[in-house]
Amino acid sequence: MLEVNKENFEAEVLGAAGPVLVDFWSTKCEPCMALVPEVEALAEKYGDRVKFCKLNVLENRRLSIGQKVLGLPTIAMYKSGEKVAELTKDDATVANIEAMIKEHGR
Amino acid sequence: MAVRECDVVIIGAGPAGLAAALYASRARLRTLVLDKGTPGGQVRTTWSMENYPGFVRGMTGPELMDRFAEHAKEFGAEIMRGDVTEVDFGGDPKIVRTHGGEEYRARAVIVAPGAEPRTLGLPGERELRGKGVSYCATCDADFFEDLDIVVIGNGDAAVEEAMYLTKFVNSATMIVVHDEGILDATAVIRDRAFKNSKMKWVWNSVVEEIRGDGIVESVVIKNIKTNERTELEANGVFVFVGTVPKTDFLRGHVELDRRGYVVANELMETSVDGVYCAGDARIKYLRQVITAAADGAIAAVAAEKYIHEEEGFREMVLDPEEPVMVAFWSPASQASLDFLPTVERVAEGRRGKLNLVKIDIYKNQRVAGRYGVTEAPTMAFFRGGQLVEKVCWPTNESELAAVADKVIGG
Repeated sequence: MLEVNKENFEAEVLGAAGPVLVDFWSTKCEPCMALVPEVEALAEKYGDRVKFCKLNVLENRRLSIGQKVLGLPTIAMYKSGEKVAELTKDDATVANIEAMIKEHGR
Repeated sequence: MAVRECDVVIIGAGPAGLAAALYASRARLRTLVLDKGTPGGQVRTTWSMENYPGFVRGMTGPELMDRFAEHAKEFGAEIMRGDVTEVDFGGDPKIVRTHGGEEYRARAVIVAPGAEPRTLGLPGERELRGKGVSYCATCDADFFEDLDIVVIGNGDAAVEEAMYLTKFVNSATMIVVHDEGILDATAVIRDRAFKNSKMKWVWNSVVEEIRGDGIVESVVIKNIKTNERTELEANGVFVFVGTVPKTDFLRGHVELDRRGYVVANELMETSVDGVYCAGDARIKYLRQVITAAADGAIAAVAAEKYIHEEEGFREMVLDPEEPVMVAFWSPASQASLDFLPTVERVAEGRRGKLNLVKIDIYKNQRVAGRYGVTEAPTMAFFRGGQLVEKVCWPTNESELAAVADKVIGG
């Protein structure tokens, strides 16, 4: 998964041609850490249809809040520079994430 | 679909489940723990752990839970990822199925699913969840560095979590329904909170609404004495107003109370034989790591006894092809002790045609109860796994011999 931050978010996520998934996470967020292997497995499976990125909110707090992310875990889908779907907190389950990928992936 | 068999399946890897796993695996039961997340349960999201005996300082919730998990694994317990969605406790073995389609079969099941934060159902609460509304201080504290937050709730958890948040935020405003100076939190926590300069207090008040366009911008507070409403700007709202049990998957399978908590007795036995409940999901007085761990230990020991009792009874009484005469005795009944030599003589005279099994009804109350045996001596005869004759208080050898011969001849 591609690590994105305040320097490359614009180019890698907002400026990307196809659908992009961004996993907003932090080392202090236990539910996020629990999701890591699951999201990585999804990245293996759907990597050809969706670009998988992760963003450490501890190092990119302003960027996260700018994306209206104020809670973890949050998994969002972007298309053509717009956030088109988002799962946060209890909704951020593997099943829901996979469904979101299927709906918004190519 | 994969099927796995073991002795005990434990649902939930919080302190209750992990303590149960430690006790069960140490008793050499094949023990499997299923949890949909990282082991540790709600303790994972609690930073300060001040009241677990033996660890005054320097032990966080996640650290303590890592140790619990390591300890259980040390004795052979297996901790696996699995979101249990379906159970079938009707037969033997008991069956547990996960979201991923895996099936687990076990002689006994310990349910320790725990609880999750209660939501208030305020306007804006659901919409702004993860947008400034949070139920987890350790998860989200960093977002609110130097910002102003509101905390709803005033019990121990609420005040402790708020104090943790003051390490990050500019201010934490506690909205408290009680009169000035009164909190549900215990005195030691209250006194510390009152000295915390980052904490502000709004008394006699409740939050009525959370407002914001995409992210939290303010809350509407109502004073319950004057009915006056004021809008308070805030970047975040943390809600700590108790918990609800995660027992939906148990509905219809074990007895729950109105609020969804599992009904279990002092031995952690639920309404179903061989199914135990431990931890926050159980009806109990105090929900803490230490009481969860205690529940787990009791449940595991009770489950172990259950498994051995059932196994022993099946092997000795239900499985044999030849008829079995069961002498239910009790150390408390002199009559039953006096009668045992007679029982031995009757069995001896029919060696090869009739097996004798002696069962202490005090130690095997479940088995005794199942066959309606309430006093000793009671003689029961089984053939092909079925109870065929039962004699309460047989008086002499010839009476017992007659019944025995009838069963053999039957």
